Formats: sequence, C-alpha cells, structure tokens
Amino acid sequence: MLQSSSPRYGEKAIHGLLAACAVLSVLTTTAIVISLIGPTIGFFEVVPIGDFLFGTDWTPQFEPPSFGVLAIVVGTLNVTLWGMLFAIPIGLGAAVYLSEYASPRVRKTVKPTLEILAGIPTVAIGFFAASFILPEVIQPLWPGDFLGGATGKPFMALAAGLGIGLMIVPIIASISEDAMSAVPRGLHEGAYALGATKAKVAVRVIFPAALSGIVASIVLAISRAVGETMIVVLAAGSTPNLTFNPVEAIQAMTSYIATTATGDISTGSIDYKAVFAVGTVLFFMTLVMNMISIRLVRKYREVYE
Amino acid sequence: MEGPGAAMPRNRLAVAGARATTQAMLRNQPRGDVIRNAVFAGLLLLAVLIALAGLLALLIQAFAKGSSALSLDLFTNPPSTAFPERAGFRPAIIGSLELIAGVILFVIPVGIGAALYLEEYADSTKWWNRLVEVNIQNLAAVPSIIYGILGLAFIVRGPLDLGFILAAGSLTLALLVLPMVIIASREAIRAVPDSIRQGSLALGATQWQTIRRQILPASIPGIATGVILAVSRALGETAPLLLVGATVFVTFDPTPFSPDGYSAMPVQIFNYAVRPQEDFQALAAAGIIVMLVVLLAMNSFAIWLRNRYEQRW
Repeated sequence: MLQSSSPRYGEKAIHGLLAACAVLSVLTTTAIVISLIGPTIGFFEVVPIGDFLFGTDWTPQFEPPSFGVLAIVVGTLNVTLWGMLFAIPIGLGAAVYLSEYASPRVRKTVKPTLEILAGIPTVAIGFFAASFILPEVIQPLWPGDFLGGATGKPFMALAAGLGIGLMIVPIIASISEDAMSAVPRGLHEGAYALGATKAKVAVRVIFPAALSGIVASIVLAISRAVGETMIVVLAAGSTPNLTFNPVEAIQAMTSYIATTATGDISTGSIDYKAVFAVGTVLFFMTLVMNMISIRLVRKYREVYE
Repeated sequence: MEGPGAAMPRNRLAVAGARATTQAMLRNQPRGDVIRNAVFAGLLLLAVLIALAGLLALLIQAFAKGSSALSLDLFTNPPSTAFPERAGFRPAIIGSLELIAGVILFVIPVGIGAALYLEEYADSTKWWNRLVEVNIQNLAAVPSIIYGILGLAFIVRGPLDLGFILAAGSLTLALLVLPMVIIASREAIRAVPDSIRQGSLALGATQWQTIRRQILPASIPGIATGVILAVSRALGETAPLLLVGATVFVTFDPTPFSPDGYSAMPVQIFNYAVRPQEDFQALAAAGIIVMLVVLLAMNSFAIWLRNRYEQRW
C-alpha cells in the first residue's frame, strides 16, 4: 500500500465532515419516525388501536369523538383512484410516444414542457382543479343525476383526482420514458427484422422489457398522489365520507392533517395526537410504495445498464 | 475475368431488386395492421396533447382570472380581508424570499457534502452506505406534509424548540428538498470520468485536492441545476408551512427570528383561494401568475445552464 508521508489530518477531517452530511439524512428519517411514534402511542392510550384502524366514522369534533381512520383512508384512495385512472393512460401514452414515435426535435421540446407540469406549485393546481376542472369540465359533462349528480357541489373527489392526475402525468411519463429508452436498440431491430409493425414493437417488445421501470413510475406516482395535500384541500373538501363516489366531497388523510394542525392547536390535546396517528398511517403507506418503487428501478438498471 | 468495374452494376441491380421486394412486402402489410398502427399512433399523440392541453388550460385560466388584479400594488401592499381591491402580497413575498435564502444556505453545503461523500468516499458494498443511499431515495418521496409534522414536532417544538419563527419554516423546507439536491449532485459528480480522478491522484494530489480542483469545477453546472430545481420546489411548497406556523394575516415585513409570525407566497395564495368572493379569487390567480413567472424563469434558467455548460467527455 502506498502511504502518505504525513498523517493528513485535514483530509481526515474533511472525510468526517462529508460523512456527517450524509448521516444527516438518516437522522432526518429517524427524527420523522420518532416525532410520529411518540404522540401516536399517546393517542392509542386514549383511543383503542382497533377502533382507529377498523372504525368507519371519523368525527373528532363530536362528543364523544370517533376516530375511525378508514373514513379518511378511503377518502385518500378515492381521489388517488381517479387520479391514476387519468394519469396512467396519459402518462404511458406520452412515454411510448416520446420514446418510440417522436422525432428527436419533438422529444427535446415536449419532454421539458411536460416537466414544467411537475414544477407547478400544487396550490396552483388545486386552485385550477377547484375553479376550472370542477365547474367548467366536470359539471357540464357529468351525465345528469348519475351517482347523485354533480351540479351545485363546491367540492368533489373527482376534481381533486384529475388535478392530481395532471400533477403525476410527468412523473409517469418521464420515468417510463427513461426505462423504455434504456431498452437496447438490438431488441427493436430484431423485432423489426422479424416483420413486426411499430405498434407491435412498442407494445410487445419495448413495453414488457421496460416493465419494471414502468411499474416503478406508477407506484411512485401513487405514493405522490396519496401524499398530496393542497389539491385535495382545495378541491375535495373536508367531509369525511366512506365512499368511492367521484362526485362526493371527501376528506383525505393529508387534508385532515393540514386543516387540523395549524398554529394554535394545543400540544397535549387528543386532536394533536390524532394528527400524528394519521401521519404515521400516511408515512408507512408511502414508505412501502417508495421501497417497492426503488427496488424496481434498481432491477431495470441492473438488467440493461 | 470480371473486374471490379463489371461487378458494380450487378451489385447495384441486386440491391435495387432487394429494396424493391422489401418495399413491396412492406406495402403489402395486412390492412388490419396498417389501421391498428395508425389508431395506436393517434391515441399516443392524443395522450401527449391532453397533457399539454391541461398545462395550457391551467396557464390560461390563471391569466384570465388574475389579470384584473395584476398591478404593482401586489408587491407593495399587505393582505387585507376588508379591502380586496387594495390587498397584496408584500409580507408574503418578503417571507418567501427569506425562507428561500435560508434553504439555499443550508442545502448547498450539506447537499453537496453528502453527495461528495457518497460518490467519492463511500464504499457502496458496505451495508451502512447502502442504507444511507436507500434512505435518501425514500426521503425524496416522503409526502411534504410529513415534513410539516417533523417541523412541528422536532423543530418548532420538541428538541430544537425554535417556536413558530420563519427560520423554523426555512429549516423544514430545507430538509424537504435536501434529498433532491443530493440526488442531482450525485449524478453530476458521477458524470465526471474516472480518468480525471486518477490523473489528478497520480500527480500527487490528495483526495480533497482532487475533489476541489477537478471534480467540483467539472460538476458545478449539474449541481447548480439541481439546486435551482430544488429551490423552486421549496418556493412552491405550501402544506408543511401550514404546520410550522406560516400565518396569513401578517401585515408587517417578516424577519427570520421574530416570534410575531411570518407568511409565505403559496400560503397567502391558498388563503385567498379558499375565499369564495370574486375579488379574492382574482387575487389568488394574480398571486399564482407571479409565482408561475418566477418559477418558469428559474426552471428555464436551470435548463439553459444544463445545456450551456454540460460537458461531454
């Protein structure tokens, strides 16, 4: 081994300092878990854990209060469902178009333009969902009294869902496009040489070859949709409602947290602890999805890079 | 004996024949395939157009609603519930600028430091380094409201106990965008070829000298792009600030450590947006226009920077 002639304390100090920066990220996660767990345990001392996880009434303001988290978990899933139904076909369509059909020039302009969508503040998308998508798109197009009708409703899950869909289209499009572009040229050429048409190459060769990346993008998008706050606060309302009806107002987990934990909430109160219990559910839901997505991305990187 | 001159026309003939056959074959694709192909391509294009139409509609709607409220008063007047025609965003704009300054001060050294450690020092076969890596990827996807909870329980109260001050909000936002900066910086650092490192080390430079004189200068454009994108994300974030004390009716210019409270641009927009009156809706839209202009400028600058200084090795 080569050995430096001086002990180089400076180098060692720098090494330590940089490592400390990296460790800070682990500390952040630890801090998140600690700050969630403490009050959550306090919450379960008052509210039995079974009532929380399996109860269907979320009425913290009533006397006696009821904390059945299913009502707001389903609220979140309701919005997420409509968002994904919009974003998956649009995002995947855009990804296939960009990677297989678009000329390099079109691709160079369309991809960054789509990415602008990802950079728009969610409060702006929420405003758009509540003041345009809801009154100008859903209400005129909704078929009459179907599922209770859409007229006169200031909040609905579908409006928030479409807003979220718009927000996550670029996530799906961009990550899927990366995965499709990573498929080796040889697979394209081989399929074409066997006489496959362009559509067949895209659907039967490229799509399956890039599947782990595509699934990763969708899982990540679901995680984003579940964690989105401002769009659901502005467009979906704050009425806990155990339904998948798209034209009902609902309350999502995030909007409960955002509307309850504002500045003046007192630390020891049951509402304060409920915020952390809901936060714990949200954190673990997204954690599981993020882990799946990270694993899948690594898989396609391993195969082709 | 046939010379090369004689072979040429024959080759050409063969090639032409083969090409004609191939083209005839291709033209004779089953009709169903041709139609299916066209429909498929049309659907894909439709998907792109719907996404672009959504973006366009969002921009047009903000301008249509907000243009009546756009004036210099937005920048000079404090918010008001009684007089929407005179209300503005002044404390919110100043608050946002201070928040962002704090984010930049924190995120640049820590983000680049962590990226340098992971790329230049860490042995990625060791489990703790892999843990740090996965952890950062996961943190990048943790919902922003969870960072709000962290800020409330850990920074505003709890161990740091800063209270509802602007600096607490700034630190919360900084932790939120830190993973983005680390991931972007790592990619920029990884793009510097190993030959540069080895050349520098072979000339007797220490590892830190190699980093400071070779790797950092070469990767700064990529890092800067990542920092700008992260800062623009922090600028538009609303949800965590609601939890760490950004209040709405701040009529004075906020300062970083004052316990009197602070405000931020997206929070102020949110508050106008939830009021049903037409005037407040217009104010919200005008605020959105201001934010979008700033964010688009920042994003375009980031893209320009990347294209202008991106080094091809």
